[in-house]
Amino acid sequence: MISAQLEIQLIASLTAVACAIPGTFLVLRKMAMISDAISHSILPGLVVGFFITQDLNSPWLILFAAITGVLTVVLVEKIQQTKLVKEDTAIGLVFPALFSIGVILIAQYANDVHLDIDAVLLGELAFTPFDRVFYGDVDLGPKSLWVIGSILLVTLIMLFAFFKELKISTFDAGLATSLGFSPLIIHYGLMSVASVTTVGAFDAVGAILVVALMIAPAASAYLLTTNLKKMLALACFFGVFSAIAGYWMAHALDASIAGSMTTMLGLVFLLVYLFAPAKGLFAVVYREKQQRTEVSLITFLLHLQNHSEPEERHVKHLNEHINWEKVRSKTVLNLAQKNNMITIENDLVFLTEKGEEFTAKAIEYILTNEEGLIEDMKDDFFLFRG
Amino acid sequence: MGITEYIQLVFSDYTLRTITLGTAVLGAVTGMLGSFAVLRKQSLLGDAISHAALPGIALAFLFTGSKDTNILLIGALISGLIGTFWIRGITSKTHLKSDTALGLILSVFFGFGMLLLTFIQKQPNANQAGLDKYLFGQAATLVESDVWLMTIVTGICLIVLLLFWKEFKILLFDKDYAQTLGFNTKIIDVLITSFIVLAIVLGLQTVGVVLMSAMLLAPAAAARQWTNSLGMMVVLAAILGAFAGIIGTGISATQNNLSTGPVIVLVASVFVLFSFIFSPKRGLLFKQIRLIQNRNDLELQKTLTFMYHIVEDHDDISHPHAIRILNNFRGYSKKGLRKLIDKNYVVVKGEMWSMTPKGFEVAKNLYNQNGKDD
Repeated sequence: MISAQLEIQLIASLTAVACAIPGTFLVLRKMAMISDAISHSILPGLVVGFFITQDLNSPWLILFAAITGVLTVVLVEKIQQTKLVKEDTAIGLVFPALFSIGVILIAQYANDVHLDIDAVLLGELAFTPFDRVFYGDVDLGPKSLWVIGSILLVTLIMLFAFFKELKISTFDAGLATSLGFSPLIIHYGLMSVASVTTVGAFDAVGAILVVALMIAPAASAYLLTTNLKKMLALACFFGVFSAIAGYWMAHALDASIAGSMTTMLGLVFLLVYLFAPAKGLFAVVYREKQQRTEVSLITFLLHLQNHSEPEERHVKHLNEHINWEKVRSKTVLNLAQKNNMITIENDLVFLTEKGEEFTAKAIEYILTNEEGLIEDMKDDFFLFRG
Repeated sequence: MGITEYIQLVFSDYTLRTITLGTAVLGAVTGMLGSFAVLRKQSLLGDAISHAALPGIALAFLFTGSKDTNILLIGALISGLIGTFWIRGITSKTHLKSDTALGLILSVFFGFGMLLLTFIQKQPNANQAGLDKYLFGQAATLVESDVWLMTIVTGICLIVLLLFWKEFKILLFDKDYAQTLGFNTKIIDVLITSFIVLAIVLGLQTVGVVLMSAMLLAPAAAARQWTNSLGMMVVLAAILGAFAGIIGTGISATQNNLSTGPVIVLVASVFVLFSFIFSPKRGLLFKQIRLIQNRNDLELQKTLTFMYHIVEDHDDISHPHAIRILNNFRGYSKKGLRKLIDKNYVVVKGEMWSMTPKGFEVAKNLYNQNGKDD
């Protein structure tokens, strides 16, 4: 592995971590789409910044773009406050307009400059090692590494300094206010960090990948844990993993690094989405199916408890009276028998003692919804696990 | 070039006529369907779908090797639909919220699409040039058959809209009610979402992936400000969308170096801004004017009540009082006093004012309505 490859992967990984941290909070605060808006609307900020500084490498450019990002958030909120349109419409109106202005400005006044819209959307990760910082004659490494490194450092400092505030204001804005933190300051602080990160990162990886790096790792992590610290750690891990795996995929396919990193992020999410233990698609579908069977079981047991006449207890009666399909009544009967709740004699169904006890408990649980009543059944039944 | 000259050119020049017609039809159909997206709080769905369509275009090219617009658009349609239904799967089966699902699908699909595009570019002997027009759109590449396709789709949309108008409307405003009435809400839902996807895919060639969502939203958001009726809103949005297309094309055709997509989006944004400010019922301007009017009215009434309290103590209601004593009252202003005189509630002689019988009656009733005294 040559050093340029190492440097690209390092930049990609640092970017992934720098994006995953604000991304986690954006996802938790239901503001994920704001990152999309920011990433598009920093374009006019970049162009205007370029007109003023006349230098594509000026740090002021980042500042200008970041301010445009925060401005987007403010604008969206202002439009939303007029109550003329909903929040999502406000987002959808603001960023295409700003992006259009950026595109037109570039086309009109900056056509001869290397400020390519394709590069804005995709970034040029492959070229980052060639743009280096020198101190005198000493090579200090790629510029992007320094930019994203310092952004990450600031983000980490902010995260550790304000972790408690961020946590409280994210999950309970009312409590945060009553404790004396201003959710507004935290909100704009987070927005500024997200904005600066977007600008700093998109130079290297492009606007779309920034959005993916912010949202996808956090979304995957959210499906696996409900602990904020674990979620942050997992999101960073997923980000770094996709960054490195994506790099090698791009290497193999000879295609865009940013594109393959995003694809890896998507694959990671797809796997988590399908197979996450408690919240994945398969787990949810399985649980829903079990719960449906168990609801049927309880209905069936209640039915047995209410009727003593033999014709109401006949196995065939299940299909006719309660109107279940054959397969389902079989599953329900099997489940009840397995749990020793019923006995079947001459095609007549009887509740066992355990079954009667269980039915009484279940009714009481349903009526009072008090935990503890059903504690000992929880291991066997999805229905009572919450 | 003057406007009349330009209009003549639109009719005489084949390319310009095609593009103008194309953008107008596109604006109309997106405005129409956008109304539903906006009202269903799916505004950003358009953004997600348009990005999600990109890998479909690339894959369609990879598999068929053809650059025929229709084949590429079918690919876009399929991947747009997959994206849409995955978004729905994420929001319905997991606890992730719709914003996360939208952002995720949008960026991941787009990234995958870019991966495929760069992969295609590296292929030898592929005539891949021109695929990237779907990124930002190139209205100039519209040909007559494209416009026909748009027109046909618009026609189908219109027929379906009219046929299922009642169902769409009910689903939009009261889904549960629609369900209890026995409508299959799922099918109606899928139907309208599919049409939104279709409209977006159609627009990709003209305004591109990135700006397509604005085409969907802006005309609808502008139309929403002028009416509270769904029918009116859909018609208005279609008209506004069409005009955004025509005007945008006009501006970009008469200037150098202006791509059509961004200009159309900006024109539509101007429509929105104008509607936000000047719409008579909901607009910010009239809202502010009404606010000031109400405040003035209230102050006038307060001043009158204050005067009434002074006058009340005297047997003769037209007994004059010094204007000076009103100065302590917060709601009092010279303008207000003049208004009261104009309404013939008080008369002023020199430095003194006195209440007329009419003013006294009004003030008394005002007082009763306020219900402060009982």
